[in-house]
Amino acid sequence: MSYTKSSAAVESSGAIADPMLDITNLNVYYGESHILRNVDFGVASGKMVCLIGRNGVGKTTMLKTIMGLLAPRTGSIQFRGESIVRKSPDQRARLGIGYVPQGREVIPRLTIKENLLLGLEALPGKGQKKEIPEEIFELFPVLKTMLSRMGGDLSGGQQQQLAIARALMGQPKLLVLDEPTEGIQPSIILEIEAAVKRIIKERGISVLLVEQHLHFVRQADWYYAMQKGGIVASGPTRELSQEIIQEFLAV
Amino acid sequence: MSGLLDGLFNGISIGAVLLLAALGLAIVFGLMGVINMAHGELIMLGAYTTFVVQNIFKPLGAPWSDFYIFFALVAAFIVAALVGVLLERTVVRYLYGRPLETLLATWGVSLILQQFIRSVSPQFVVGVGLFCALYFGAIAIISRRPDFERIRNWAIAIMVPISVAIALTASNVLGQSFKLGFTRPWFGTQGVDVTAPKWLRGGLAIGDSQLPYTRLFIIALTIVCLLGIYWFLNKTNWGLRIRSVTQNRTMSACLGIPTQKVDAITFAIGSGLAGIAGCAVALLGSVSSNTGQAYIVDTFMVVVIGGVGKLIGSIMAAGAIGILSYVIGSNAIGPLFDSMPFVKSIFEFFATASMAKVVVFALIVVFLQFRPAGLFPQKGRTVEA
Ligand SMILES: Nc1ncnc2c1ncn2[C@@H]1O[C@H](COP(=O)(O)OP(=O)(O)OP(=O)(O)O)[C@@H](O)[C@H]1O
Ligand SMILES: [Mg+2]
Repeated sequence: MSYTKSSAAVESSGAIADPMLDITNLNVYYGESHILRNVDFGVASGKMVCLIGRNGVGKTTMLKTIMGLLAPRTGSIQFRGESIVRKSPDQRARLGIGYVPQGREVIPRLTIKENLLLGLEALPGKGQKKEIPEEIFELFPVLKTMLSRMGGDLSGGQQQQLAIARALMGQPKLLVLDEPTEGIQPSIILEIEAAVKRIIKERGISVLLVEQHLHFVRQADWYYAMQKGGIVASGPTRELSQEIIQEFLAV
Repeated sequence: MSGLLDGLFNGISIGAVLLLAALGLAIVFGLMGVINMAHGELIMLGAYTTFVVQNIFKPLGAPWSDFYIFFALVAAFIVAALVGVLLERTVVRYLYGRPLETLLATWGVSLILQQFIRSVSPQFVVGVGLFCALYFGAIAIISRRPDFERIRNWAIAIMVPISVAIALTASNVLGQSFKLGFTRPWFGTQGVDVTAPKWLRGGLAIGDSQLPYTRLFIIALTIVCLLGIYWFLNKTNWGLRIRSVTQNRTMSACLGIPTQKVDAITFAIGSGLAGIAGCAVALLGSVSSNTGQAYIVDTFMVVVIGGVGKLIGSIMAAGAIGILSYVIGSNAIGPLFDSMPFVKSIFEFFATASMAKVVVFALIVVFLQFRPAGLFPQKGRTVEA
């Protein structure tokens, strides 16, 4: 095989100069089934990192562990130099990790506006004025016209945009996106892609992306490829070869 | 005509008490899905708090003793809310998602609270207080040691008997030296009575019928509580957090909402409302340690009939059950069948409070056959969550 083996991936992630997120030797189980195996992983400050892999290899499991929804059996997770393994999901959110889960998880019986305002919960200072910055509507103009609609009444693509906007409301330092283009028509995919790129450019935040859509994957600076719960390849996305794409993306 | 008005008014006032009692449950059971069998005892605690506040204000004379009821409302809310939070933090929290265990555990708590009210006396307070001070004090001191985790079980095994022994001896010695004044329970098994303040006695005369002021007061109180809850849930930040956590706990946590705090606050508010209901119950009649038992079944009925998680459903259900109970219990329909003695005698047979309850429950069983999810079932995909 032409791509780097996992040992090389360790070196490359260990070589990140200024890591936003640094994961070493992560092992995660669902009951007795071993899902993530000795995962080493990192996201550099201000970079966009993409995690690719076929269905069911453990990508969502990885993101859930980063968010604190699953507890690893071994391994360390450092966020901006601080260990967060023992922190609860709400504490992690308030530290600056914004999460857009697979399936969006928009709160169905709250209005769009309320859903967006909930994004402010991640901000440390309480009592600031509860308003939605204009920037959000510039990124996702659809949302502006239906602030008083129920979250559950939106289409899939609109829900996805709402979920990303909601995460951005909390001004995260690391934005975690789990398959944001799943089941969405191409024109909206391009909109979402453009919005994410614009955020990175304007705010200088890091992005961790799980994605199947090749065009979006290519926007990332670095990729990790996962197979059976382990990282088996990694490198700069411009070096993403046709073989790897064939092997790890369901295209 | 005045008979109809009477019936409507009495039905609504029975419904108002039910609704007030059920409102807290609608929040705890409806929003959090926790079956709290001790809810009735929280109502009872509110009623006893009213009694205590009344006795404190009585010697203060005219202006104070007239308005003790407002202080009692606040005190009852706080006492019940605190007990509710204690219950949530120490018991319910460990049983989320396990309804059967929650039911059993809170039922146990309800028995403890009933016995507590029966036997609480200065001696009892000193005994329990001393035990808690000794035991928790000692554990707090020992837990500073670096090897605490290792000696923890030993420490507990030694401190429990020592604390029990000291507390028992001390309270017995005090009991023997001060005799009855120290050992007699404050409330005992007999009921206690709250007298309504002067301005709540009597009633408003409309035509031939008389609307008692206490009942009007309770209806007003219920409306205020409803508006308050509506405002809290829909217009405040904590209300938004509560609604969010109810619908999607994991995602709410991922957004940065402190879910444990939200649980505690939700429980506190539901329990506090039970305390306020207790205040209302105390105005209606004698209060005893069994008061809570009388309400728990009815309040669950209200929440189930209304549709879990829907306040509007609880309101309709409480009104319907209240009016139905009154109409059947007071034999308001019987006289209409003067020409049919058989039908009339049937209505007369059911015209007692307990038989009316039987009929209402039978109707509820029939109703649930047709609408198992209540008047206002939840729609959408959050139902299973
Ligand atoms: N709640 C669960 N309990 C037990 N096993 C689970 C659970 N959730 C996921 N798994 C298993 O863990 C493995 C990894 O699942 P995960 O959701 O992380 O995959 P994924 O890489 O995100 O796939 P996809 O591309 O389809 O989203 C799968 O084999 C799945 O069957
Ligand atoms: Mg997934």
